[in-house]
Amino acid sequence: MHKIPFLNIENLEVSINKNKILKKFNLKIYKGEIHTIMGPNGSGKSSLSKVLSGHPDYKSSKGKIMFKNIDITYLEPEQRSHMGMFLAFQYPVEIPGVSNEDFLRLIYNTKQKFLNINEIDPLKFLTIVTDKLKSINMSSSFLNRNVNEGFSGGEKKFNEILQMLLLNAELAILDEADSGLDIDALRNIAKSINNFMTKDKSIILITHYQRILEYIKPDFVHVMHSGKIIKTGDASLAKELELKGYNWLIK
Amino acid sequence: MVDLLYKTLNPSLTRLINKPYEYGFHTVIENDIIKKGLNEKIIRLISKKKNEPKFLLNFRLKAFKKWKQMKCPEWSQLKFAEIDYQNIIYYSAPPKRKKLNSLNEVDPKLLTTFEKLGIPISEQKRLTNVAVDIVFDSISIITTFKKDLSKYGIIFSSISEATQEYIYFIKKYLGTVVAYKDNYFAALNSAVFTDGSFCYIPKNVKCPMELSTYFRINDKNSGQFERTLIIADENSNVSYLEGCTAPQYSSYQLHAAIVELVALKNANIKYSTVQNWYAGDKVGIGGVYNFVTKRGLCEGLNSKISWTQVETGSNITWKYPSCLLIGNRSQGEFYSIALTTNYQQADTGSKMIHIGENTKSRIISKGISTGQSRNTYRGLVKILSKSNNARNHTQCDSLLIGNLSNANTFPLITVGNSTAKTEHEASTSKIGEEQLFYLSQRGISAEKAIELMISGFCKDILNKLPLEFAMEADQLLSLKLEGSIG
Repeated sequence: MHKIPFLNIENLEVSINKNKILKKFNLKIYKGEIHTIMGPNGSGKSSLSKVLSGHPDYKSSKGKIMFKNIDITYLEPEQRSHMGMFLAFQYPVEIPGVSNEDFLRLIYNTKQKFLNINEIDPLKFLTIVTDKLKSINMSSSFLNRNVNEGFSGGEKKFNEILQMLLLNAELAILDEADSGLDIDALRNIAKSINNFMTKDKSIILITHYQRILEYIKPDFVHVMHSGKIIKTGDASLAKELELKGYNWLIK
Repeated sequence: MVDLLYKTLNPSLTRLINKPYEYGFHTVIENDIIKKGLNEKIIRLISKKKNEPKFLLNFRLKAFKKWKQMKCPEWSQLKFAEIDYQNIIYYSAPPKRKKLNSLNEVDPKLLTTFEKLGIPISEQKRLTNVAVDIVFDSISIITTFKKDLSKYGIIFSSISEATQEYIYFIKKYLGTVVAYKDNYFAALNSAVFTDGSFCYIPKNVKCPMELSTYFRINDKNSGQFERTLIIADENSNVSYLEGCTAPQYSSYQLHAAIVELVALKNANIKYSTVQNWYAGDKVGIGGVYNFVTKRGLCEGLNSKISWTQVETGSNITWKYPSCLLIGNRSQGEFYSIALTTNYQQADTGSKMIHIGENTKSRIISKGISTGQSRNTYRGLVKILSKSNNARNHTQCDSLLIGNLSNANTFPLITVGNSTAKTEHEASTSKIGEEQLFYLSQRGISAEKAIELMISGFCKDILNKLPLEFAMEADQLLSLKLEGSIG
C-alpha cells in the first residue's frame, strides 16, 4: 500500500507584507523521520516554522499543507496545535504575571479537553509535571516563576521542551532549540529530544550548526535558500556544510 | 498588525468586554420623590424629610452657598457636556414605612431586586458572613446583622439613622476629612447628600465580619449622593466593601459621593470597592457620571488605611481615594484596577499626603484600556517638611488593547523633607500579537489568551481584595480562568 506522508507541503507560496518568503515549496515527511533544515540567515527557515504553525501574518496564495492527510492551510494555530503540531520557538515570549505552573496546567488541560478526557486537578498535575521536569533535569522552582519572565536563554529552551513533552506533540518543529546553549545543556536537550522521539512522531529541526547533529541523527538534511529547498541529503551533508559553508550551493 | 488585531482580537474581545450589562434592569416601584431642581428650598425639604438636627441643615446650606460660587473642575482628562443640575431629582425613595426592624417589613419588590443582583440581604444566609447596608436611590433600606455587630459594640447603620441616634459622631467627624468646600462635587454632595453608611468600630475590636454597602441607582432621573463615614477607634480593625450597580438608561445619571475614613491609634481600615455602574452603550450614550471624593485620615500613631478598587463601570469616573498620614508611622495604600471599554473615560488615582514622621505609602495602579476609551492615572505624593523618613513607592502600569484606546499617567511628587524616599515606576504595554500567537500555538483560544494576560496583569491587585470581592471582581474582569488568580 502507498504510504501517506505525515506532513506534505505541496507547491506552497507564502508572503508576509507582500514579500514572498516561500516559493513553490515542497516537502514530504513520514512518521518516524527527523528532518533538519539548515541554510544561511534570511533563507526562510524560521518563516517556514511560523507558516506551518499558522501565524496569522503569513498569507498563503498557492499550494497547500496536508497534515495527517487533512488540509490545514487555513486552520487556526490552536486547531493545528490540537492536531499534534508543536512549535518550539526560537524566542519564546514572556507572559507577565502568569505563573508557569498555571500556564502549563492550562495548556495540558486544554489538550485533555480537546481529547475529551477529564481535566486534571492541580495536585495530580503537579505529579505529572514534576515527573517531566525530572526527565529533563530541571528544578521544580521553575514552576513558581512567571512564564519565561527573567528566564535565561537556556531556561527558555528547556521550558519549550517541557511543553512539548506535556502536550505529547506528534510533529515537533524545533526552531533553533540549540542556540545559546552551553555544551552540557546542549547534550541534555538533545537527550530529551531523543527520548521523546518514537516511530509515530516526526521532528523538524531547524538549526545553524552541525554540533546538535552530533547527538541527534537526522534522516534528511535540507538546505534552504530564498524560500526554497535547494539541496537535500543525509547527515553527511551537514558535515560538508560545516566545512564548506553555503556559498558553493548558491549560484 | 491592525488587521490581526481586528481579526483575532476584536471578535473575542468584543464578546469578552461588551458582555451585556447584567444589572441593567429597572424595578417598578412607587417612589416618594422631591421634584427636579436644586435650590435652598429643596435642600431644606431633604433635611426635613430626614428629620435632621439644625446643625446639619446649616452644614448643607453653607455647602450649597459655597457650591454656587465654585466651578466644575476642568483640569481632568475627561470630556463631557455640562451637567444640568436643575434637571436632576435629588431625593427619590421607596415609600417610607415605619422603621424597619426585620426583612419581613421590606417591600418584597425590593427584596426581589436585590436577590436578582445577588446581594445577600437575607440574614439566614449567614454563610456569607457579610453585613450589608443597602442604599436604594436616596435612602438606606435595611442594614443586616446589626444585632450581632452590636454585641461587639460595633455600630453599623445608615447615615440617616446615625444623624438621629449617633449625633455625637456625626457632629465630631462629618466633614472633617473631606471639608464641604473641598471641591465642586464635595460641596454638591454636602448640600444634597441623602444616605449612605455609618460605621464605628470601638477600641480593641476586630470586626468579626466584612461590612459592606451596596448602592443601587434605580430611578431614571435621580442622582445618587451618598456619604459614608467610618471611624476605627484605637487598636481596632475593619474591612469594608462597597458595590454599585444601576439600570441601563440612555440618559446620564449623576453620582457624586463622599467617603470619609478616620483611623485612630493602631487602627486598621481596609476599604474595597467594586464599581460596576452602568457604563453607557457601545457608542457612549447613557451611563453614570461618577464623581467621588474618598479620603482617609490616618490620625493616630501606627494607623493604616488601605484602599482597593476595581473600577469597571461608569461612563465617567473621577475619583482619587487618598490618605492623610498624620500619625507617626501611619501607612496609606492604594491598589487599583481600572478597566475602560468602548467610550468610557476614567481619570483616577490617589493622593498620599505625608505629614507625620516615618509614614509610608504605596500606590499600585493598573489601567486597562480597550475600544476608544481613555484611561488616566493621576496621583499626588506630597511629603511635608516635618515628615522625617517618609517613604513612598508608586507603580503605574497601563495595558492597551487595540489601537484606538488611550492611556495617560500624571504623577506629581513634591518632597519637602530631604530624608524622604520616593520611587515611581511606570510601564505601558500592549497585548502583543506575538504573545497571542505563542498561546494559540499551545492550543489556547484568543479569548482565553486575553483573559489569561489580563489576569496576569491584575494579579497584584486581585490578591489584595477580600475573598468575597475577589470572586466578584474576577467575574467582572471575565477572568474565569481557573487557578490564575490567588
